[in-house]
Amino acid sequence: MFGYYLHLALRGLRRNVVLTALMIVAIGVGIGASMTTLTVLHILSVNALPGRSAQIFFPQVDPTPAGLYNPHHPLNMMDDSSAVDLWNARRADRQALVVQSPVKVSAPYADRPPLMLTLLATTSDFFPMFEVPFEYGGGWTAKDDRSRVRVAVISSDLNDKLFGGHNSVGETIRLRDSDVRVVGVLKPWRPHPLFYDVEGSVTGNMVSMGYYGKPEDVFMPFFSALGVNDGNFSQFMCWGNGPARPGHLEGSPCLWVSLWVQLGSAVKVVDYRTFLGNYARQQKALGRFANTDTRMLDLRQRLDFERVIPGNAKLQTWLALAFLAICLFNMVGLLLAKFLRRAGEIGVRRALGASRRTVFVQYLAESGMIGLTGGIGGWLLTLVGLWLVRRQQMPYADLVHMDVSMFVITLVLAIATSLLAGALPALRASDVAPASQLRTL
Amino acid sequence: MQIQPILAALRRHKLATFLIAMEIALACAVLVNAVSLIADRWSAMGIQSGVDEASLGSVVVTGFEPQQVNDLNARMVTGLGAIPGVESVHVISTVPFGQRGIVSGISLDRQHYGSVVEFYMGSPGTLQALGLKLIAGALPSMSDYQPLPGRDYFPAASRVLITRALAERLWPAQDPLGKEFWMAKWQFRVIGVVADLAVSQYTEYGQRGAEWCVFVPTLPGGQLAGTYLIRTRPRDLGRVMVAARAAVAEIAPGVVLDEEDSHTIAFLRARFFQTDRAMAGLLAGVIVALLAVTAFGIVGLASFWVAQRRKHIGVRRALGAKRMDILRYFQTENFVIVTAGIGVGVVLAIGVNVVLMKFFEVSRLPTWYLPIGVVVLWLLGQLAVLWPALRAAAVPPAEATRTV
Repeated sequence: MFGYYLHLALRGLRRNVVLTALMIVAIGVGIGASMTTLTVLHILSVNALPGRSAQIFFPQVDPTPAGLYNPHHPLNMMDDSSAVDLWNARRADRQALVVQSPVKVSAPYADRPPLMLTLLATTSDFFPMFEVPFEYGGGWTAKDDRSRVRVAVISSDLNDKLFGGHNSVGETIRLRDSDVRVVGVLKPWRPHPLFYDVEGSVTGNMVSMGYYGKPEDVFMPFFSALGVNDGNFSQFMCWGNGPARPGHLEGSPCLWVSLWVQLGSAVKVVDYRTFLGNYARQQKALGRFANTDTRMLDLRQRLDFERVIPGNAKLQTWLALAFLAICLFNMVGLLLAKFLRRAGEIGVRRALGASRRTVFVQYLAESGMIGLTGGIGGWLLTLVGLWLVRRQQMPYADLVHMDVSMFVITLVLAIATSLLAGALPALRASDVAPASQLRTL
Repeated sequence: MQIQPILAALRRHKLATFLIAMEIALACAVLVNAVSLIADRWSAMGIQSGVDEASLGSVVVTGFEPQQVNDLNARMVTGLGAIPGVESVHVISTVPFGQRGIVSGISLDRQHYGSVVEFYMGSPGTLQALGLKLIAGALPSMSDYQPLPGRDYFPAASRVLITRALAERLWPAQDPLGKEFWMAKWQFRVIGVVADLAVSQYTEYGQRGAEWCVFVPTLPGGQLAGTYLIRTRPRDLGRVMVAARAAVAEIAPGVVLDEEDSHTIAFLRARFFQTDRAMAGLLAGVIVALLAVTAFGIVGLASFWVAQRRKHIGVRRALGAKRMDILRYFQTENFVIVTAGIGVGVVLAIGVNVVLMKFFEVSRLPTWYLPIGVVVLWLLGQLAVLWPALRAAAVPPAEATRTV
């Protein structure tokens, strides 16, 4: 029976080509626009650390003095004394200090010109905590953290550029003026969003890429990095007279470092929050802090708090959905016109014994077919739309592509929209009383 | 024209009427807000940089040590200056639409910090090279250009130029010349006011004005190094920038050319506003598509109605109605429906604007957009219904006598 409906639906489509084409185009454009923006949103919202994000936390304290205009305190970064104090206390399962800086990288004895890249000064727990994949070698040890060893982990990109992609563990690279030994090379790694970069990813040019830039190219133990790249650190905010020497922020009244911790259970989370509160109160008693506000969000909450997904992407999605709604109303009207124009035919079928339900299902099938065709057109338009987005040169442009799940959603959305649109007209069509139609025939 | 018959007829087709009205309402809401968003983007993109964009480019290098700074500056200024076509090369802290400059809150009384301003530093001759227009006071003299002590950002006390916008912000309706302000331990005294100078990276969100800038005359060295302003004639600029970027490796081996920021100011500007342009383009596309879809919807539905009422129209014509009467009937009917839709649409538009203002920080809808949206939709409705109405008017009176 369903095959018969489809057959009728197909013939019905061909009856009034103009109207049908109009509807297919309208649905196609509406679906195309919506799916383009939804795909972009989907790519930007991918869960950064599936399975782990509930255990990763971002402790914040407020070292700023009283009187500093600060409606959002505690801010995203701390000064190094607070961060190192918290890190030294070792109250979490794993913890990682992070701070970025631009660094000049070259391979010694090579003819290549030097490169200006980004260095992440962090601690050994960073790699297991954030599930960073290694191609060769591994991270450094906890002992290396404290002993200021000059070792580094480099990205897959950098390894390709300097060493042609070979196993470069044990090789030396020149960071600024210091020779540093490579102990690990990462696999190609591009988490999106770049969740651990607190103030939005910053390139070597200190231009914020939002949260979708590439990760850093060099990773070094925290204290070694402060020595190697001294003078190149920039602050999030300073007060008083700022750093004694620009770029040298240790011990200065500036916010520039942050800390991530991993806490395995709810009890540990509560404990850590208490510890954080106690630390703040202790520092206030010592006269270093002006207020004892602390905050500790988990990874998901942190990304929400920072409004990581660009406002533009969300706005465009709502716009596209509003446009789809207009196309939906449009389609309802046109379907109504199309179906009721064939009132005579409906009358004959009902007189011959078709039940109302039969008529309803048949016309629903017809609108479903329009939806399917419109959906395929919409999918093609989405591909065009995504191509346009990729040309925009936004930081996340190269991440944007159609995947299988979005393709399925496209067709489902198209068919669902058309079925929704067709429900009311099909109902009206099935309501046609056979007698009234037969009288005028 | 009697409205009663029209309303009576519409009451019998509630669903279709409701659909057209809702479509118009949604179209009104989206149209008006989309135009408002485009206007927002447009005004953001129209920011006045205050400099001669057509003649200026910047070359930025990094990867040098503090002790190499004087050597680097000398090499770059001489080397870049030797490129044919270059009128002048100066050392500058950053350029509008370039890298982010030094942005900080300043204080008028060393107690309370207020406006957040951007500080530009430049070597002698930079002001003339930029092409800034002086509207009060005087340009700095040679003695005003001081060296930067150690690795400080500024000289201890300097005589500076500020923009007109900043003068009005700090000392409204007063003469800013001679006034002073502080940032941390550094003191600044105003000796002149320029018409316009934009900040390097303007964002609309936040408390910064687009043109709250201070120009601090500085001698090259210390922190003032690495960014070089090149002035040429407009028609030589493209060629010179290509040559300049290629020449850096020879002029100063061992430093790294910043590929991203070494461009003409016009290029930097275009790149800075790329997302805004894309957004405006997208919105314009949506508006066109929206109007097209709505128009087609009205055409389709109106044609259906005409087809349904052939007999009625035939009867009216047989009773003496002229073609014009039929036409006017359908146009008035459409007018009534569209008006109903617009009524809801205006409320919806304001509501959507309030929501957008809350969640997306857009600006308030200017009230005069609403009447314009209303007129556009009325026109759209009338034009869309024209073809079906003309077809209705063409129905011959003989229809009344036919039974098929």
